[in-house]
Amino acid sequence: MAPSQSSKVSAPTLGQGAEFAGNLPQRYAADRVFGLAAWMATAIAIAVLGWLLFEVLSQGLGRLSWQFLTSFPSRHPEKAGIIGALAGTFWVMVIVPLVAFPIGVGAGLYLEEFAQDNGFTRLIEINISNLAGVPSIIYGLLGLAAFVRLMEPLTGGRSVLAGALTLALLVLPIIIVATREALRAVPEGIRLAGLALGGSRWQVVWDHVLPAALSGILTGVILALSRAIGETAPLITIGALTFVPFTPGCTEDFPYFNPLDLGRCPADVVQSPFTVLPIQIFNWISRPQQAFHDNAAAAIIVLLVMLVLMNSVAIALRSRFQQRRS
Amino acid sequence: MSAEFPLPAETSPLWRPNRRRSRQVEAVVRAVCLLFAAISILTTLGIVLTLIFETLDFFRDPFFRQALWIDRLPDLLPNASEAEIQGVSDQIQALDPRTLVERSEAIGLAPPSQAAGVFYAIRRFFTDTRWTPLFQDADFGIFVLISATLLTSTIAMAVAVPLGLLIAVFLSEYAAPRLRQVLKPILELLAGVPSVVFGYFALLTVTPFLQRFIPALQGFNALSAGLVLGVSIVPLVASLSEDAINAVPQDLRQGAFAMGATKGETIQAVVLPAALSGIVASIILAASRALGETMIVSLAAGQNPQAIDGSLGFINPFVPVMTMTAFIVQVSLGDAPFGSLAYRTIFVVGMALFLITLGLNVVSYWFVRRFREKYD
Repeated sequence: MAPSQSSKVSAPTLGQGAEFAGNLPQRYAADRVFGLAAWMATAIAIAVLGWLLFEVLSQGLGRLSWQFLTSFPSRHPEKAGIIGALAGTFWVMVIVPLVAFPIGVGAGLYLEEFAQDNGFTRLIEINISNLAGVPSIIYGLLGLAAFVRLMEPLTGGRSVLAGALTLALLVLPIIIVATREALRAVPEGIRLAGLALGGSRWQVVWDHVLPAALSGILTGVILALSRAIGETAPLITIGALTFVPFTPGCTEDFPYFNPLDLGRCPADVVQSPFTVLPIQIFNWISRPQQAFHDNAAAAIIVLLVMLVLMNSVAIALRSRFQQRRS
Repeated sequence: MSAEFPLPAETSPLWRPNRRRSRQVEAVVRAVCLLFAAISILTTLGIVLTLIFETLDFFRDPFFRQALWIDRLPDLLPNASEAEIQGVSDQIQALDPRTLVERSEAIGLAPPSQAAGVFYAIRRFFTDTRWTPLFQDADFGIFVLISATLLTSTIAMAVAVPLGLLIAVFLSEYAAPRLRQVLKPILELLAGVPSVVFGYFALLTVTPFLQRFIPALQGFNALSAGLVLGVSIVPLVASLSEDAINAVPQDLRQGAFAMGATKGETIQAVVLPAALSGIVASIILAASRALGETMIVSLAAGQNPQAIDGSLGFINPFVPVMTMTAFIVQVSLGDAPFGSLAYRTIFVVGMALFLITLGLNVVSYWFVRRFREKYD
């Protein structure tokens, strides 16, 4: 259909059926306006994204330096840096998948491979979709009551572990839904073939279904982590600090956080007070001085780069997953 | 005729699987997976119980008994002069609410009962017109926070619904496949921007920009918070609505074209109504996201609860307001001690927020089930 051509054709005259004949030129004009509005809306959304990125880059790029990445926060904006926040984000991002991956995949496996279709299963399903709609700050309140207060002997209060557990609960629905979709995409023939050869349900799932679904599941996990890495509200609610002149763990010198610390001094890591990158950004935005706002923009660039990297990995995994299926 | 089938050696373990062990393994795995699935239920239970217990503790807080006591003094001491009542009132005010009952003898008046205090607290919660829980002269009008939340969310929805729907229409009906492949990841990028980044954008970019056109606009305001909040939920509306529009069978469009409808008319009169349940569900979900959004509003909309009164500050988009989520953030940053009234206040506000978003989710669920058009 090419409206520009058709509009040249004169409308058929049907006497009293003017309503049926319609006013074609006007209708085509209205049509073009509608199409243009749809186009404009898309353009506006992209333009706003571009504006946001431009502002952040133009304010923050100048501040981005090795010193900025490796310094602790300070009262002097030009001396301040994000190493404390980076370390906190790093440890939270290590612990969240350790907790959420097995639980999310296990729950997805149960719902897709083991569960019968009964009331309990439906309850879990409705519950998961409902949890996905709970505001993240409410998870923060749960974390405050459950992990900071109730489980204080284990978590050490307002600690890395309390924050990571809170975020793990927050992203659990995402991982469960992604796992289920990945499992559903595995052809039924693979299961039937495995069962026909005498494998038990679990053997078939472990040896054949899970490997086939793994890249889909990992995509979901990475997307869930990229949600968790940007979350601010629940961590503020559980009482993550806004000024952290140290890093969790027992590595005293540069780079201040070492994955091996989890084995060397796990309690020092997980029970340590912490801050994360979004909270550091929030803190700098809420200060009046322009120089801190520039710091915030620079930290936002770091955060966005991390997000883009994670999403690229997810997209690469997804395309690999799709290729293998086709 | 017996063809010898080449069996491997008798000892090959492959031919004698340990079925008993694999059954045991399977039972354990099944139980563990069930446990993990149940964690989602435990999470919900945890949220609900936490909110309920802390909300109950809030309404039972002795502060309200004390306030009710002072409120009632003119009735309790009908013959006393105003100065005398003021004196007793000051005495009561000076008491620590936690030792109200023990100390009441010194005053010579019985404090109101626990139940009366609870009813008084509930009344104050729903009828107070100010929200000043952290002040000496505390007021607890939750509608102050709810109205601010509704204000920012309404502005956000005014942005997100038209933009999101038009983008969904553009992607599904107008854009060429190759353009779509470019646009979808860009929208996903927009959806992935953390809310604190949008907060930066709203406070430090959009507000100064709008101030050029609206001189009355203050540094913190509901308008730019709402506008940016709207942009942040556009991808949600767009992608869910696009799914709904894509689910409308091609036959319906062809039918409308065959009747002589133009493309725009087909979309407006046939496709969108057919996709209505999905679109409404996406809008409701977006609304619930907007109500619960925290960082944008606490950074850009301010921390000033506006009293519900004739000055109409509570519906003025140009002045600072305080949403429910912004209040929770404010108290959390201030490190309220466990068990204090301020600590309980954030849970009662959380309860209000949870109930509102839960209500929206239930409505959306019901709407989809009730109005879904099935095309098979």
